[in-house]
Amino acid sequence: MSKLLHYSSLTKKYIMAIAGFFLMIFLVVHLGINLFILPIAENHIEIFREAVHFMTSNPLVKVMEIFLFAAFIIHILYGVILQLQNWMARPTRYKIEGWSHTSYFSKFMIHTAVIVFIFLVIHIMNFYLVKEGITKAPQGPAMVADNHDFYNMAINLFSNTTYSVLYILLIIVLGFHLNHAFQSAFQSMGWNHSRYTPFIKLLGTIYSIVIPLGFILIPLYFIFLY
Amino acid sequence: MNFTLKIWRQENPNAKGGFETYQLSDISADASFLEMLDILNEQLVMEGKVPVAFDHDCREGICGTCSLYINGRPHGPDSGITVCQMHMRNFKDGSTITIEPWRARAFPVIKDLMVDRQAFEKIIMAGGYISVNTGNAIDANSIPIPKQAAETAMDAAACIGCGACVAACKNASAMLFVSAKVSQFAVLPQGKIEAKRRVKNMVSRMDELGFGNCTNTYACEAECPKNISVSHIARMNREFFISKVTSPKKEV
Amino acid sequence: MIKLDPKVPDGPLAEKWNKYKSSQDLVNPANKRKLDIIIVGTGLAGASAAASLGEMGFKVKVFGIHESPRRAHSIAAQGGINAAKNYPNDGDSIYRLFYDTVKGGDYRSREANVYRLAEVSNNIIDQCVAQGVPFAREYGGMLANRSFGGALVSRTFYARGQTGQQLLLGAYSAFMKEINRGNVTFYPKREMLDLVMIDGKARGIITRELNTGKIERHSAHAVVIATGGYGNVFFLSTNAMNSNGSAVWQCYKRGAAFANPCFTQIHPTCIPVHGEYQSKLTLMSESLRNDGRIWVPKKKEDAQRIQKGELKPTEIPEEDRDYYLERRYPAFGNLVPRDVASRAAKERCDAGYGVGNTGLAVYLDFADAIKRLGKSVIEARYGNLFQMYEKIVDDNPYETPMMIYPAVHYTMGGTWVDYELQTTIPGLFATGEANFSDHGANRLGASALMQGLSDGYFVLPYTLQNYLADQINVPRFSTDLPEFDTVEKDVKSRIDKIMNVKGDKTVDTFHRRLGHVMWDYVGMGRNEEGIRKALSEIKEIKEDFWKNVRIPGHPEDVNLELEKALRVADYLELGELMALDALDRKESCGGHFREEYQTPEGEALRNDKDYTFVSVWEYKGDGEAPALHKEPLNFEFIEVKQRSYK
Repeated sequence: MSKLLHYSSLTKKYIMAIAGFFLMIFLVVHLGINLFILPIAENHIEIFREAVHFMTSNPLVKVMEIFLFAAFIIHILYGVILQLQNWMARPTRYKIEGWSHTSYFSKFMIHTAVIVFIFLVIHIMNFYLVKEGITKAPQGPAMVADNHDFYNMAINLFSNTTYSVLYILLIIVLGFHLNHAFQSAFQSMGWNHSRYTPFIKLLGTIYSIVIPLGFILIPLYFIFLY
Repeated sequence: MNFTLKIWRQENPNAKGGFETYQLSDISADASFLEMLDILNEQLVMEGKVPVAFDHDCREGICGTCSLYINGRPHGPDSGITVCQMHMRNFKDGSTITIEPWRARAFPVIKDLMVDRQAFEKIIMAGGYISVNTGNAIDANSIPIPKQAAETAMDAAACIGCGACVAACKNASAMLFVSAKVSQFAVLPQGKIEAKRRVKNMVSRMDELGFGNCTNTYACEAECPKNISVSHIARMNREFFISKVTSPKKEV
Repeated sequence: MIKLDPKVPDGPLAEKWNKYKSSQDLVNPANKRKLDIIIVGTGLAGASAAASLGEMGFKVKVFGIHESPRRAHSIAAQGGINAAKNYPNDGDSIYRLFYDTVKGGDYRSREANVYRLAEVSNNIIDQCVAQGVPFAREYGGMLANRSFGGALVSRTFYARGQTGQQLLLGAYSAFMKEINRGNVTFYPKREMLDLVMIDGKARGIITRELNTGKIERHSAHAVVIATGGYGNVFFLSTNAMNSNGSAVWQCYKRGAAFANPCFTQIHPTCIPVHGEYQSKLTLMSESLRNDGRIWVPKKKEDAQRIQKGELKPTEIPEEDRDYYLERRYPAFGNLVPRDVASRAAKERCDAGYGVGNTGLAVYLDFADAIKRLGKSVIEARYGNLFQMYEKIVDDNPYETPMMIYPAVHYTMGGTWVDYELQTTIPGLFATGEANFSDHGANRLGASALMQGLSDGYFVLPYTLQNYLADQINVPRFSTDLPEFDTVEKDVKSRIDKIMNVKGDKTVDTFHRRLGHVMWDYVGMGRNEEGIRKALSEIKEIKEDFWKNVRIPGHPEDVNLELEKALRVADYLELGELMALDALDRKESCGGHFREEYQTPEGEALRNDKDYTFVSVWEYKGDGEAPALHKEPLNFEFIEVKQRSYK
């Protein structure tokens, strides 16, 4: 633990960035599977179930799962450490502050992070811990067959409009977090180049819109079309 | 022009400090911000009060001494200049101006608006140089340097060490300052020889001194009076990474 | 009675310095550790000396008034640094740089010193490049040069418009390297208030810690003064607010003779004064005169209407403009040396043709250059200067002509030093602008940086070692010695005296008044009547100062008013000496223009027969007239000529 604290500020930033990259890739995979909840293919339910089955039983994925949890924990832990250090670096605050022209969402990373974290806890309770048999499956109109029936669990959750609206809002906040995170991770790793950085920034903006939009489509579908 | 000034007054480093309000009238729009403070101080002296202590010296934007946080921005509302280059015409007649010192754990207040920025010296001391002694230099033109590299080095070297980057950063991080020096030497062939050692030593000294971490908010770049780019921070991140993963375990 | 021995080595000019170096005394490395050196000032001269002496192994203590050595005013130099590299292949040589410098200084400098300066100029460039100074470069990777006033070759190296900054940061980084190695200690925020002498040798200083007001004692085997010039006597100058002449002045009062105090350089291209509250003048680089044309209205009534704001310069037709430099000096035109350009501007404004609301400004017009070269070329060349002008004056110089006026910029005079840079006090050395230097009566552009670094990197490390060589057995001095007691008591009583005046006027009021007197009578044009008037007025201001100055707060605290007051007290005495020197020198040379001594065309008239000497003033006590000594200048290797720019 003390070793973790003694890494230099830049090393901590690399760790944040690398964990962040990993989580951003995970989000793409996650969305890829989730989209099959929507009727985008004839046998979308089967594909979804297949994918869930694969993700919950394949030994290689099991190993990756450890990495994923590690990435979450490290990203959160270092995020907190860095933030505490940052607060300590300015013990007396300004009376009037924050009038500099900066990228907007970067100022609220810790705030969006906390909201995303709450979401994550709920999300894990609703799915992962159900699978592990620790929490109960969400109840609703659909019959949840077993611990692995994520499709019906999702239907049960999204058929609750309050949950869906909350889900949408939280995903939007995740988008804000990602908007700064994407290009920031590149900067932290030192991958900056006058020719490519504008493209990376553009890509970051697209990523931070497309990914949340993808996730939001699902509750929207349940509110308006299901 | 008339102004209401809210100025941070603090007797000494350990005193509590607080804001005092002063009224100032008949200020010329052509007066510089510091000349406006000179006028205030003349008034205070005549009233038998202790004048406001603030740092300043060259008054032409190059020494990096002046350091005022005005209405929520280091060096005031205009960008690309220091306080001493700013004139009162940048403010609305009759407006209230709040003046605070730079705020950072690494920059303790000495008195009123003066802060101690010796932390910067300590960072430079850790490695912000090329280790070459006087008298053994080779002919200047025997090291050709691409114009692009010389220009990039100059962009970084333009830093005046004022500390506005630290003052502006929500985390009081000194990354822009440190990276400007690291970057200047990293792009020059003379500086490459000890580049790995330099970046490690400077970053570790920076960490020890209690500056915050960089969250890539880029307020530093927005407030730098010399418009130093955050691309230098990226270069430092790169240099540090390479240095960490390629230096031998035991250094000579 | 002081002894003036310049100690110039014999032999041919080009061999003097090598001869000196090969025959001087050295100190072995083990003994260097036992010798302390105090350096006061952290500009180019101080920082470079600190680095070099630290590298050699001496224990160096450096004192600066700022929290950081990098804030010294060398940082503000814009244009460049000269060196006789001859990279452009335009026929430059060490001799040519030497010759130009002596001629530019109107033949009032010491030949051997100037030659040495030219000789080491090349080493400076090598040294700076090795330190990572980002000089401007050509596409092939080689160093770029530009030309400057007073020379027929391109020998100026530059780093954009911030050459001084980059050179100082180079010296500063070397200095910080030595602090890290442990040989050099930096004492920030210390103002030297007096010199301590033991058995006739300089052995220490008394300082005031500016953050706490603590009076401290520091001892060493030798003391180096590198505190820059005293241009702030004039109140308004291009010097930084905290640049001051107190260290030099205290040394003078302890017996270090002062040379050529009246030689002041007035820079022609500064932004004009805009109001009584003004604190500081901003220089616009000399390079602007390459493309700008200087003019005033031909008709007095036009000038008056402009002053009232009824007429704009762009409304004055070509035939009603007086391009007075081109008219008077057809050969050099707008590129005459600084002293000549400054005087011509003053002459026009005094005659009532000045512009701006004060009538104390002339136009520097780029309209022709923009027409000829296009706005983009002008922007590339001077963009940053134009922007700086616009920020300060709120006027667009691409559309309306710039307004400029001369301002005090540099003091060629200073503490008298011999070839070894040693003053008349043994063990006290002076470097950079603080000494009376190598610039004679007028300094050429881009030579100040050269001199500061030459003294610090390449001259002082040799000569100081030569001085210390016979003192290896002298142990470190205790600061408890009675000599320290006495001087500290002096300093404290001076502070008490000034704090106890408890009058009703601010320090700046006196400084401003002194500045006006100096500018009016000991400025660009001087005459006997005016100088005498100045002397009596300075006396009045001085009396008033000691009766009526008000300093709030306590001395044991940050006290900016006290700092200023101590400096102004010295300026009042220094101003008097400048006036005395100006009165005594009955000739016009370089920056010293005596109106009685001019040619029928109004040009400076030198008197080589009677005044080819350095005026060296010796302090004789408070209220006593100082004694004048003369160091004759013998020009063996150069032919003395009248300067002409017609």
